[in-house]
Amino acid sequence: MIPDLGKYAVPVLASYGVSLLLIAGLVWASLRRSARIKRALEETESRRKSNG
Amino acid sequence: MNLNALWEYANPKKFIATTDRVLPFVAWMAALLLVTGLVWGFFFTPDDYKQGATVKIIYLHVPAALMAINAWLMMLVTSLVWIVRRHHVSALAARAAAPVGMVMTLIALATGALWGQPMWGTWWAWDPRLTSFLVLFLFYLGYIALWEAIENDDTAADLTSILCLVGSVFALLSRYAVNFWNQGLHQGASLSLDKKENVADVFWYPLVVTIAGFVLLFVALVLMRTRTEIRARRMRALLARERMQA
Repeated sequence: MIPDLGKYAVPVLASYGVSLLLIAGLVWASLRRSARIKRALEETESRRKSNG
Repeated sequence: MNLNALWEYANPKKFIATTDRVLPFVAWMAALLLVTGLVWGFFFTPDDYKQGATVKIIYLHVPAALMAINAWLMMLVTSLVWIVRRHHVSALAARAAAPVGMVMTLIALATGALWGQPMWGTWWAWDPRLTSFLVLFLFYLGYIALWEAIENDDTAADLTSILCLVGSVFALLSRYAVNFWNQGLHQGASLSLDKKENVADVFWYPLVVTIAGFVLLFVALVLMRTRTEIRARRMRALLARERMQA
């Protein structure tokens, strides 16, 4: 249950919305890049091994 | 404690092996503290007698502003380590921290504007602290752009380290602008070692929990992003070797 924020509901909820969205976006982008680079490095290393 | 042992972590393999063990713990602690602090602050604290419900913005604005400045200071330390000791991991840690610091600065600016409008009657003022924060945000953008613009990793690390040294003036200015100039709309520090200057206890306790959550979130993200940068650098080196052999 959301507390009664009175006339300040818009700025308070907007602050939480914007901040949580930015944090979630940052975490998602970091995880996605981490997984992509890890996979690409593993592929590159295995290709080099198979090529001798 | 032998401080020289710290240099072991400049070895990328050792860094990745250690963070393999540490990162899950830090990430879960960050999530736990953030959820606890924000839920406590949002649902279970009263309105302020002057600022009403807008005081709830403090649980985002203050930790984000704190991390925006401290992220740059962490980048300053790791950049200095790069300049002096030429450890790649430290340069890559600075690179990894920049987007995290930039997002923290953006959160501080956005929540500041949303808080300022009902309290000051304006979204923005060319106040010393606000202006120095905007300049800090531009420095973050410039720092990230410089890393992206230069192909050679060592040259990029050199130039971004210099930029980091210059930007540190604004990072410190952002922190102490209120003390330097006795003007502007922004209030003084919400947290201080002097208990009289602190916000009331009812707001202070959840604020401290949230700050701890932001600090651990920053640490977790920087560790994870540094591992990514280490792997990306190794991949670039391998691809370059492949091209040479072809």
